[in-house]
Amino acid sequence: MSKVVLVTGVTRDLGSRFARMILRTPGVERVIGVDAVEPRYELDGVEFVHADIRNPMIAKVVASASVDTVVHLSPAETPPAGYPGTSTATKETNVIGTMQLLAACQKAPSVRNLVVRSTTAVYGASPRDPAIFEEDMEPRVPPASGWAKDAVEVEGYVRGFARRRPDVPVTVLRFAPILGPTIASPMADYFGLSLLPTVLGYDPRLQFLHEDDALDALRVAMTAGQPGTYNIAGSGILLLSQAARRLGRPVVPVPSPAVGLVGQGLRRFGVANLSAEQVRLLTHGRVVDTTRARERLEFVPRRTTAETFEDFARGRGLRGLLDPERVGQVPDRVASLLLTRRSSDG
Amino acid sequence: MGDARIIPFDGSAGGARGTGARGSRRTPRTARSVAAAAEPAGAYGVDEEVPVRESAARRRPGGHSPVRAVDTPADGPADDPGARGGGKLFGGLAGALGGTLGSMVGGAARGLADGLAGPGWEDKAADGLAFVRRRITGDYEVDEFGFDQELTDALIMSILRPVYDKYFRVEVKGLENIPDKGGALIVANHSGTLPLDALMTQVAVHDHHPEGRNLRLLGADLVFQLPLVGQLARKSGHTLAHPADAERLLSQGELVGVWPEGYKGLGKPFKDRYKLQRFGRGGFVSSALRTGVPIVPCAIVGAEEIYPMIGNFRTLARLLGLPYFPVTPTFPLLGPVGLLPLPTRWHIEFGEPIRTDAYPVQTADDPMVVFNLTDEVRETIQHTIYRVLMQRRSVFF
Repeated sequence: MSKVVLVTGVTRDLGSRFARMILRTPGVERVIGVDAVEPRYELDGVEFVHADIRNPMIAKVVASASVDTVVHLSPAETPPAGYPGTSTATKETNVIGTMQLLAACQKAPSVRNLVVRSTTAVYGASPRDPAIFEEDMEPRVPPASGWAKDAVEVEGYVRGFARRRPDVPVTVLRFAPILGPTIASPMADYFGLSLLPTVLGYDPRLQFLHEDDALDALRVAMTAGQPGTYNIAGSGILLLSQAARRLGRPVVPVPSPAVGLVGQGLRRFGVANLSAEQVRLLTHGRVVDTTRARERLEFVPRRTTAETFEDFARGRGLRGLLDPERVGQVPDRVASLLLTRRSSDG
Repeated sequence: MGDARIIPFDGSAGGARGTGARGSRRTPRTARSVAAAAEPAGAYGVDEEVPVRESAARRRPGGHSPVRAVDTPADGPADDPGARGGGKLFGGLAGALGGTLGSMVGGAARGLADGLAGPGWEDKAADGLAFVRRRITGDYEVDEFGFDQELTDALIMSILRPVYDKYFRVEVKGLENIPDKGGALIVANHSGTLPLDALMTQVAVHDHHPEGRNLRLLGADLVFQLPLVGQLARKSGHTLAHPADAERLLSQGELVGVWPEGYKGLGKPFKDRYKLQRFGRGGFVSSALRTGVPIVPCAIVGAEEIYPMIGNFRTLARLLGLPYFPVTPTFPLLGPVGLLPLPTRWHIEFGEPIRTDAYPVQTADDPMVVFNLTDEVRETIQHTIYRVLMQRRSVFF
């Protein structure tokens, strides 16, 4: 039973909401939030420890509070546009921080449960891989850089930890790109652009996870006692073109050699952080199989990919120039002008 | 709503030009039908319903003069408090367009279309517009492989159908060997430099099988690397030739098509026509064994001659990253014209299904069983090809 829970990355959107949520869970006595930066939100009730997980100090925190459950949320998240920190620092926090945290957990006999948030980006995105990834599949083209590669390395260290501490159940959740009305994410930044740059000639299949479902998945993983690696994503898919149409945002197809330039430009103006990984995702797409989470964790996201996207668009008031409700009037109007004989009774 | 019906006026080309008088006489009734149709659809903006109901008869006759037509719909969105900047502009434009074009084109097009397309055109046009509406608002379903059933049925098949019916005049036999439901693996010979044989088989099953089943093709990675091609392939239900994808589709009860010769069959020289190449490593048999679905052998005759490949620019192919670079009597000699396939007459024949559910699942990993089954399928296809070739009168007729 989880009594003292340590949550890393607690100052971010997902971390702070998760920490406050589990504090209300019966049986949980203390929630300790750790992050290297001061919280931006009110963490009511959550004890905040200003500590860098890259620093061995984290071991003292774990030991002194006799933490029994560690929820490691900080890795594998590209800082959204405008978030402080460079890519080197992010990588260090992701990889070195995880190593330190796992070292601390290994030495602390009180630790009884470890949940690690990962990402489906570990599968990369390529035309040579099967259409749908299962947890055990090795991608033919593994991610070569950025946060996706960090996530692969983090998972490697987590596996090492699981070998060394077989008494600790380890649950790794691979989240599809998270969208929702409030959460900041690179995907949300991308869909916030008024013109969506796409890669000419490619229409990727995308899967999203609603922020509420991500929190639920973490809670289930913490309490279910079903260690393992799980893909977590809303069911169904959206094609990028379809998503853009539902959003009413015009797309600007860019030939693939020029995509890097566009990404740089967007980064310079601080509107979106189009990393190489994200470009790969927006070129080839990625879909994962969520059967294992459904069967073993008995976790089914409440929202499908399409519903998640709808909620995201509505929650943010994102309706572009080509608002579907207005664009949809054009064929209706043509129909009303041309088709007189057709009425609903015939 | 019965009052929305009007008597069609005789459609002649002359009627199309007489928009002035006829168009204006018709519009009040048109307008009423608009309002009637708008309510169930629930998708009309305020700018349309208000003027139509109140003063259709007063305004529409004047709709020919662009000035008055513009102000009619443009004030609509302004009244709508929910309209935002871009939307307002767009709505205004669309409204203006609708208003002016409306009464002018409306009558004209109706007359013209009645004359040209006959009385059934309105239903077709309505369906077409509903399709356009779903497409531009993104209101359609795509499966997890990226298969867009609606686009395939409406667009891709109607592009391929004339090629199938009129150009290659495909004669298909043995469709009853394809099960009406449940998974099955169709295995066929590959030929013709470009994989038109696979697409034609898809049309054959889609259009001529009693259940109109979708054949999900397994393609090489090159297909999915190419821009546009890969995207279209996914939308028409194809996926990568990978055991994981094949087995997932088969266990979902889909009909899967595989061309195990791959490039070796597709890019073989003309002199080797109708000689089956090696059937890969028998991966398709393992997939069928694992999912317990029948294998339906399929022989395609006619595709070999569409691009008689008499040479291969190996260096150029390597430079472009292609498996081969074909030289045919017309390509690259005549440039793009040389890309036109020869209009051969095709025969597609599906053979008796080979059941795999009698084998235990473990045999999927037994190379002996897998090789034997692979050979059985290959022999069946080869013999069918020889038989059809014997019966064939001519390559082109």
